[in-house]
Amino acid sequence: MTNLYDQQRQNLRRTTALLAGFVAFLAFLGIGADAFLYGTGFSPGFPIATLGALLLGGFSAWWSVQGGDKAVLESTHAVPIQRGDPRQRLVDDVVEEMAIAAGLPKPAVYLIPDPDPNAFATGIGPERSSIAVTQGLVETLNREELQAVVSHEMSHVRNYDVRVMTVVAALVGSILLLSDWGRRGLWWGGGRRDDRERGGGGLMALVFFVLWLLSLILAPIIAQLVAMAVSRQREYLADASGAELTRNPLALASALEKIDAATAPTRSIKQGVAHLCIEDPRGSALNDREGAFASLFATHPPMAKRIALLKEMAYQKART
Amino acid sequence: MAALGGCLLVLIGVAVACALWAVWRYNNLISLKNQVANAWKQIDVQLKRRHDLIPNLVSAVKGEMQFEQDTLEKVIQARNSAVAARGVADSADKENQLTQTLSRLFALAENYPNLKANENVKALMEELTSTENKIGFARQFYNDLATRFNTAQQIFPDNLIAQAFKFQSVELFEITVPAEREVPQVDLSLKPK
Repeated sequence: MTNLYDQQRQNLRRTTALLAGFVAFLAFLGIGADAFLYGTGFSPGFPIATLGALLLGGFSAWWSVQGGDKAVLESTHAVPIQRGDPRQRLVDDVVEEMAIAAGLPKPAVYLIPDPDPNAFATGIGPERSSIAVTQGLVETLNREELQAVVSHEMSHVRNYDVRVMTVVAALVGSILLLSDWGRRGLWWGGGRRDDRERGGGGLMALVFFVLWLLSLILAPIIAQLVAMAVSRQREYLADASGAELTRNPLALASALEKIDAATAPTRSIKQGVAHLCIEDPRGSALNDREGAFASLFATHPPMAKRIALLKEMAYQKART
Repeated sequence: MAALGGCLLVLIGVAVACALWAVWRYNNLISLKNQVANAWKQIDVQLKRRHDLIPNLVSAVKGEMQFEQDTLEKVIQARNSAVAARGVADSADKENQLTQTLSRLFALAENYPNLKANENVKALMEELTSTENKIGFARQFYNDLATRFNTAQQIFPDNLIAQAFKFQSVELFEITVPAEREVPQVDLSLKPK
């Protein structure tokens, strides 16, 4: 049986490995382009495509991290919370409580006028972050459950998930762009490549070329699969470290049960923010199917599994 | 001669590495110590807020709860002795007593429908509930940091640095009221009363 701290460590290790894989994949595409499209082969030369690929990934990641949160909040029509209203005041209080528990500055709190219970976090990191909750969440959950949901979002802030997922999204975008560009280059520049290939070569070069070609074709799918895998890992991590803040995994479990019971999609939240929500805003269709294929494309792990893990954390086996 | 010179170089290298390591671990301890001190201040901030809120709450419910003068007075007394408390153990003790008298007041307030309907009292109660939670979470955060600080002082080889510079382990918050520590007795047998 794994406890809270073990799960957190395990999750962090996996995410690091996944991110490193992403950068390596980007570099691999670039190296291949250098070798076969620009004809430097494996002889030393200026690796223009490799550098270009890494620069493209780095720059787009930096760009989207800088100005992301304002755009996200605007797209969901979120408004600052009103302390005059007793329920909203409670949410504001709960956010402050969780900020104290995490030892972080209090994030800005927003309300989304949407009847489906959901919540998300955005921002650059603990210094500049916002937590948004829907009207439906405020109305359906009790104080303890609200606290649990906010602790999940606070963990997204504390674990730099917002930044990680923004970076992953930018890297996926770069890979899409690069593979598209590589395929075009291959189409138009095929003849030139054949002339040069005789110089480098041998069996190793052929194997490398086939591998590169395959990744070029599969890149868009692979990149998105990996992005979803990162997202699911971060959800487990946020559940685990959220429970560490409240020391009450069962409250989060019962909050998730209530959120899961409301199956309607959260219309105000666009798909681009899905990975930061407590539950996938598309409604639960994709995330609830337990099949291996469906779960590959989901931003969130199956609700039943998350709830079971939380109950296990409370050293209470879920009754089936 | 060359061998001697080589030995000397290795010795100097080891000494420099040791010194660098000591500086690194010392700085780690200092930064933990300051974090613990800061977390302690955060508890104080919340406690002060609770002390400020209680007179407001008492005066708001006084009119309705005339027959509970005893409880109200106990709350005020506990509050005053908590304000006067000094040191971790004493303050924890007094604050725990205050928490107990407050929860009695909250329970009694349940009997007064007028109070429960009063917006002002409701707002004060929520504010006090939230402050109680904040105190709890601030203590939890303090305890987490204090445990890390204490562990950092005790593990080998960092304990050599901690002893050399006379670092003191810090006290944790504990529940000192015996009633709160007791395991609740639950009787599930179906014997007739």
